[in-house]
Amino acid sequence: MKKLMLGNEALARGLYEAGCRFVSSYPGTPSTEITEFVALYDEVYAEWAPNEKVAMEAAFGASLAGKRSFCGMKHVGLNVAADPLFTIAYTGVNAGMVIAVADDAAMHSSQNEQDSRHYAKAAKLPMLEPSDSAETLAFTKLAYELSERFDTPVIVKMCTRVAHSQSVVETADRVECVKEYSKDPAKYIMMPGNAKLRHPIVEQRLSDIAVYAETADINRIEQGSDNSIGFITGSTSYQYVKEVFGDKHPVLKLGMVWPLPTEKIKTFAATVDKVVVVEELDGFVEEYCNTLGLEVSGKDILSNIGEFSQGLVASTFGIATHSGKKAEENIPARPPVMCAGCPHRGLFYTLAKNKITALGDIGCYTLGAVPPLAALDSTICMGASVSGLHGFVKSGSEQRAVAVIGDSTFMHSGITGLVNIAYNDSASTVIIVDNSITGMTGHQQNPTTGKNLKGDPAAKIDLETLCKAVGIKRVRVVDPYDLAACEQAVLEETAIKEPSVIISRRPCALLKYVKHNAPLTVNPDKCKSCKMCMKVGCPAISMKAGKATIDNTLCTGCGVCAQLCKFDAFDKGGEN
Amino acid sequence: MKTRNIMIVGVGGQGSLLASKLLGRLLLTKGYDIKVSEVHGMSQRGGSVVTYVRFGDKVYSPIIDKGEADYILSFELLEAARWTEYLAPGGKVITNTQTINPMPVIIGAAQYPENLVQKIGETVEVIAMDALTLAEQAGSSKAVNIVLLGQLSRHFDFTEEEWMTAIEQSVPSKFLELNKKAFTLGRNY
Repeated sequence: MKKLMLGNEALARGLYEAGCRFVSSYPGTPSTEITEFVALYDEVYAEWAPNEKVAMEAAFGASLAGKRSFCGMKHVGLNVAADPLFTIAYTGVNAGMVIAVADDAAMHSSQNEQDSRHYAKAAKLPMLEPSDSAETLAFTKLAYELSERFDTPVIVKMCTRVAHSQSVVETADRVECVKEYSKDPAKYIMMPGNAKLRHPIVEQRLSDIAVYAETADINRIEQGSDNSIGFITGSTSYQYVKEVFGDKHPVLKLGMVWPLPTEKIKTFAATVDKVVVVEELDGFVEEYCNTLGLEVSGKDILSNIGEFSQGLVASTFGIATHSGKKAEENIPARPPVMCAGCPHRGLFYTLAKNKITALGDIGCYTLGAVPPLAALDSTICMGASVSGLHGFVKSGSEQRAVAVIGDSTFMHSGITGLVNIAYNDSASTVIIVDNSITGMTGHQQNPTTGKNLKGDPAAKIDLETLCKAVGIKRVRVVDPYDLAACEQAVLEETAIKEPSVIISRRPCALLKYVKHNAPLTVNPDKCKSCKMCMKVGCPAISMKAGKATIDNTLCTGCGVCAQLCKFDAFDKGGEN
Repeated sequence: MKTRNIMIVGVGGQGSLLASKLLGRLLLTKGYDIKVSEVHGMSQRGGSVVTYVRFGDKVYSPIIDKGEADYILSFELLEAARWTEYLAPGGKVITNTQTINPMPVIIGAAQYPENLVQKIGETVEVIAMDALTLAEQAGSSKAVNIVLLGQLSRHFDFTEEEWMTAIEQSVPSKFLELNKKAFTLGRNY
């Protein structure tokens, strides 16, 4: 049956059709929807794990038990899961195990632009790279076949434009595939004596897969009428090349980016006058071609930064495109902002007002860095706020400093940093901004919310008890809508020379169960145009004709702005 | 058939994902090859968002580049102006006249440009309409997306019935009548 599917939905469909029984993932744009879609199939057990390392190890366990398994993550998530990755590469699998990693060239929603293909090479694992939804579905099923045939985990590499583009797929029925479990210490216990014996097996396996890659249909040569140029490409870059050139020039379309098909590349290169490798981010395939002694073009004419497009490919080859006309030169940017009613706003206002250094983390609250709040000093990776703060404080800095980390991020990677603060006794203040959901990726449940991926009741981690259990004696909870209470907590805890945790707790204003108050209104006679209310950076407030005005389609009636008004100009509505 | 390109632009949270889903469903029933490219994650938090819808005999690229769009369907006026240069020769902008101030304007670091409907009209062909008022007439300010789809529908050969079927498949049943009304108001504008 023909359906229009998002790349991530097609991957989930591939998991279903391949008989996958176990899915464990941590959300991360652009990979999140894979796991949300696969959770809709009753035949597949699917869960959110606290982080990617846990997810990958759980998927390994399911594979060991004989069930086809999967874990999905964004590119930076694979860094977190790299530890099990490199050793599961040694053990291989029992039932098939597939790992999806979704890169985010152009950093639509990421903190770096790393190219995950390097992981396949470094961990000596096969990696498939689809270029649309139909290929995503087919490659996912193929990945399970290869996983079991070659006894290896297989990585399916997505990118934003494949993961978040819908295109047409043909669906098929599910086929069950289960293996027996039998104890095999030499294969699965990776202590040195066993691992030394496994390493040569890994090398041989990679050679065997390279032989497969030579004849695999997914690495195909498309003939052209003009052999002056031949393109080696894959993923969305393939689509841009075809969009611009159609069937004019020959193309070697790579569906498997590791290991690469040496002979096929050489044969292809011999049939064209000049080879151009078109690949986003690093010159991964280009460098491989160079090691084969082939003279190819690639990063000399195409950037290793950001995304490509058909227009970019066309202009690189001197093909004219229509440039379009601008209607207006000075168009203000529209960056993402914290939503009206966002519970993080009151806390960030307090930090900014008191000029407190705030080491930030990964989530919606990273938007606290945006003016006018500009309340953050650093953002590195999941959990780095907590561990970074410890170093900042222990270094002897006199500057008042805090860490700001969300509930889901704290469960992902913040706990170990907090253990370090307690164990090595730094006078650090960690603020957990607990909005009762994983916000930025689109409202996923996590171990603090009391619900699982399917929305069913689940164990709920008590953050206060957890923080106390790791050795933090000072743990307090504040409502970030209450600015006075927020300020008191922050000033007291940062003054005291011992470890502390402030839990800034209020659910995300976008959650369906959260009731909003009626929108506030401004009494223009009382408004003195002082713009104090503008300091919280709420998208619902703006100055019109010199007076503060409230957009009643956005305002949630949180009342944070009203607390800043010295002239009592805000009128509160009632319960809505 | 040459690939046709529609861009849906607006502010994160205005419902562009539903509009593109609905359009995709309709095009699928007509047997086209289709690609619809969306934006998720951080950009959805009140930022500028764009969705690309492409259909034809064979569609390669999932995105639309400068000078390629046959239609730009804009949910907010400034966003229409932001993307005008993506319009192909002979293309049309269909825009809501509603304005939503971006943060740089709110904090006084930038000005919301004046006379934008006129400026866009001097550059390209534009249909500007107060879709917010029509959506409110239909029963919800959130139906701006469907009002504008109604106007877009006038430029395609698909029947009103085909559009209505796509709406039925895309919105929850309790909002169906509201959305059908919004579509009709937009189509008859």
